[in-house]
Amino acid sequence: MTDAHNTSTGGARPLSFQSMILRLHQYWSDRGCLILQPYDMEMGAGTFHPATTLRALGPEPWNAAFVQPCRRPTDGRYGENPNRLQHYYQYQVILKPSPPDLQELYLGSLLAIGVDVTTHDIRFVEDDWESPTLGAWGLGWEVWCDGMEVTQFTYFQQMGGFDCKPVAGELTYGLERLAMYIQDVDNVYDLAFNDAGVSYGEVFLENERQMSTWNFEVADTDALFDAFRKHTAECENSLAAKLPIAAYEQAIKASHVFNLLQARGVISVAERQAYMGRVRDLAKGACAAQIEKMTPAWQARYPEWSL
Amino acid sequence: MNPADQNATDFLLELRSEEIPARMQAKAREDLSRLFAAELAKAGLAASEIVTYATPRRLALIARDLPLATQAVSEEVKGPKTSAPPQALDGFLRKTGLTREQLTERNGVFFAVTEKPGRATADVLAEAIPAIIRAFPWPKSMRWGDASASTESLRWVRPLHGIVALLGEDVVPVTVAGIESGAVTYGHRFHHPGPITIGSAADYADKLRLCHVIVDQDERAAIIRDRAGALAAEAGLELVPDEGLVAENAGLTEWPVPLLGRFDAAFLDVPPEVIQLTARVNQKYFVCRSSDGKLANAFVCTANIDATDGGAKIVEGNRKVLAARLSDARFFYDTDLKVPLEDQAKKLEKIVFHEKLGTVADKVDRVAKLARWLVEEGIILLGTGRGTSEAGGGGEPQAAPSEQNPLHHASGAVPLPASGEDKQHLANLAERAARLCKADLVTGMVGEFPELQGLMGGYYAAAQSEDPQVAEAIRDHYKPVGQGDDVPTAPVTVAVSLADKLDTLVGFYLEGLTPTGSRDPFALRRAAIAVIILIERNYLRLSLVQALNHQIRTYDLPRIRSISPELPAPLSDLIEQMFESSDPNYADRIIADAKAGRDAKVLLVLERALAARGQLLDFFADRLKVQQREAGVRHDLIDAVFALGGEDDLVRLLARVRALQSFVGTDDGANLLAGYKRAANILKKEGVDASAPLPKEPLSYTPEKDEAALIAALDAAEPAAASAVEAEDFEAAMAALATLRAPIDAFFDTVTVNDPDAAKRAARLALLARVRASVHTVADFSKIEG
Repeated sequence: MTDAHNTSTGGARPLSFQSMILRLHQYWSDRGCLILQPYDMEMGAGTFHPATTLRALGPEPWNAAFVQPCRRPTDGRYGENPNRLQHYYQYQVILKPSPPDLQELYLGSLLAIGVDVTTHDIRFVEDDWESPTLGAWGLGWEVWCDGMEVTQFTYFQQMGGFDCKPVAGELTYGLERLAMYIQDVDNVYDLAFNDAGVSYGEVFLENERQMSTWNFEVADTDALFDAFRKHTAECENSLAAKLPIAAYEQAIKASHVFNLLQARGVISVAERQAYMGRVRDLAKGACAAQIEKMTPAWQARYPEWSL
Repeated sequence: MNPADQNATDFLLELRSEEIPARMQAKAREDLSRLFAAELAKAGLAASEIVTYATPRRLALIARDLPLATQAVSEEVKGPKTSAPPQALDGFLRKTGLTREQLTERNGVFFAVTEKPGRATADVLAEAIPAIIRAFPWPKSMRWGDASASTESLRWVRPLHGIVALLGEDVVPVTVAGIESGAVTYGHRFHHPGPITIGSAADYADKLRLCHVIVDQDERAAIIRDRAGALAAEAGLELVPDEGLVAENAGLTEWPVPLLGRFDAAFLDVPPEVIQLTARVNQKYFVCRSSDGKLANAFVCTANIDATDGGAKIVEGNRKVLAARLSDARFFYDTDLKVPLEDQAKKLEKIVFHEKLGTVADKVDRVAKLARWLVEEGIILLGTGRGTSEAGGGGEPQAAPSEQNPLHHASGAVPLPASGEDKQHLANLAERAARLCKADLVTGMVGEFPELQGLMGGYYAAAQSEDPQVAEAIRDHYKPVGQGDDVPTAPVTVAVSLADKLDTLVGFYLEGLTPTGSRDPFALRRAAIAVIILIERNYLRLSLVQALNHQIRTYDLPRIRSISPELPAPLSDLIEQMFESSDPNYADRIIADAKAGRDAKVLLVLERALAARGQLLDFFADRLKVQQREAGVRHDLIDAVFALGGEDDLVRLLARVRALQSFVGTDDGANLLAGYKRAANILKKEGVDASAPLPKEPLSYTPEKDEAALIAALDAAEPAAASAVEAEDFEAAMAALATLRAPIDAFFDTVTVNDPDAAKRAARLALLARVRASVHTVADFSKIEG
């Protein structure tokens, strides 16, 4: 399918973590994607990146790929679990409208990073995606490679509670998992980060230890509750000022603070729904405001388009 | 093509898309077949056979022996008489668009006859295919691509890419959402990614097979089942059969290749259910047993490819994934074991059961009290469940040892608790089990695998040295989950299971959160069915009214006290008694008292409680009919027994219904029913109401022979039936009624009810009313159909 296939299965050594990312950048760049940088905020998934969430709204075409660091405080294991991390990386590709050969493009990217589809079992297993906090849902699959989920593949149907017109295709690769698979290692910390002998553990193990401790044991919960209040207030302030992007950033922050409060175990099951509802309302409010703000421009360029 | 018929041919339709969820494929085949047949029928066409196939990437249909054209039809519309005024004819001509000359005349009437020529089947299909695609009822569907800029664009389960439509060897040209039909499809995604041209329905499956696609789901299922079994056997193991997994894997593959792998035997410390569940739910693997019947450290995964290395890398990859899953499971298991269930149970205070019904801890407290009450009231005995089934019940109801009368089994064959001490012990166990039964909800394992609730609690309880009966009750207290599930029979388990469900039903009904139509978000129907099955299978002699009252009291007394802490003592006592009494009228009196005391808020609680209880009793009656219908019991017979009123002991009710069912199946029964109906009809016509039986007066005349015989028969049958009913021996009651059959028949044959002599007529009507009343000691035969 691509010449990357030939170079990667040529034998020698599997791709390092960073080479794999570079390959994916090259691959998607060659296919017309903007290569963006990570968003400079803590978030639980790449989908929160405004390049995904906000760009999924409206009629304009949008093709982008980027790495997004993800923080999931409750997944921290003090560096002791071989495959659970409170901080890890996702590779996001968003293609809007979804191209007709999206599956083939995706499989091409696997070839590009050295997955041989004649000796491995690649499967598209139903997994409909829903993000209550973003008021978003889509249909798609988790992609299995020999029984391991390596990618979430989704056709967005709604974002922020609004129909996607047109629909965007979103690919979310779990980079560490994929690298462990390609490099055939059982422990994430043993991954070759580069080709010069630096391991993933050397880069991140101490980070996992310290941050797990902070997330679970140290973070000041009063300050977090306070932060949650302030971010929600600031989100509303921004919405009142008709600045949806600023409002959305505050929603991202509130969402992360909520995740930290969860890790500290200070939110009861009963309260949990209320907090999630709060974040959802903020995110949806930001999406609605963005749509409202952009609609005149969108309709000027796409007269056929309506909400 | 059917060679016998040159005017018929086969039709092939293939709808090729991105991967269709496995669980939707069977229904999709049915829907495709149904919609297609309906479209054909609209055009007056039918296929001799419709075959459907589904793979992850295609949904296909072959219709055999379709005529090449529809029949020509002649349609005739009747017009005015030839003798009618000209205006009538003009109107008819306008309506039909014909001229006078084109009409046909027959028997003095005009007819408009239009000949509709046959249509080419290809044209019919060209209209049908887009209609089917647009109307397809996928449970979830989506938009995609450029066209999705409008929400009006085609929806399909996943993006649709190709349509093969071949009538005989010719393409039926259609375009749906920009996709043009043709003869080209694609083979296996990796083995044969290129295009294939299909010749006709006849070579479809074979051509695909050459391209590594087995289009027939049943064939794929057979390959998976057989090969997985063979792999296990080769390894000296036995595959744990799982047809759900077979079907799911068949729905995930076009070219299934089962592969056996091993996992680290150290994981076998984890309960086998956990391993099996992890393997099945998360990974869709089969598991195996070794010759000793225990779970083996082996799994069978189903690949979708003939790997060039024979599958070695695939097995290795899957092994690693399973190992990661199992190490997570073991981590949860080990962590959970360290925390006593009693401590876990305390955390339930933080989990809301339902916003109106408090926390799970509140629920547990109510269930524990009710479970204890069920034992202390003697409803659940030490011997409960004995004689039905030893180990948690099987699928089918067990025959009671006493075939004639299951009721006598319950009190006769079962040793009653020897002493109050035993009863206290049983009550303590039931309460203990209830207090721990939800504790596993806060364990790591159940957090990860909610479907293991109960089971894990049972494991943890056993490991933490709880009484084995308590551990068993924790494990099984959710059962039975619907018809056909195992039914608990161990007394402690029955107590907790019954208490849990009754508490749920009462709680939601008190809040008015009742099932409506197809909505039953709290699974109350299932809970009611479970209560019925538990009572039926274990012969629990329970007054439903009393049990409901008891639990309503648990909910409402605190409410009443919080509303009105200084309730006058007599009223307070009366309210307490109201909740204990099984007399439904008792409550009315209390309500009257509450009204007199003008305590409106208390009154509101009481009225709501009464309404909820009434609704619940109706709900149980409905569920009972549904549940018994599946067991082959006639719902009209249940109605006939319910119609007598006041029966809330389901065991007794069902015994009566069963006796009734076998009785009406006999000659005597059928004839008695006929005689009863005749009597009842006469009485109805004469306005003799069943609620006001005629006074039994000595006859003023000499009765005819068959009249006297009926009187004598009634004199004998009435007390016999009544005492048999009293003794709950319903077969004997039916037998007593059966003695009436011949006298009734003879009476109707020879005696005139509607005698000119008013005294005779009145006496005979009274006699018929006696017949009706004595039949009603067993059941209200007027409700019986037929």
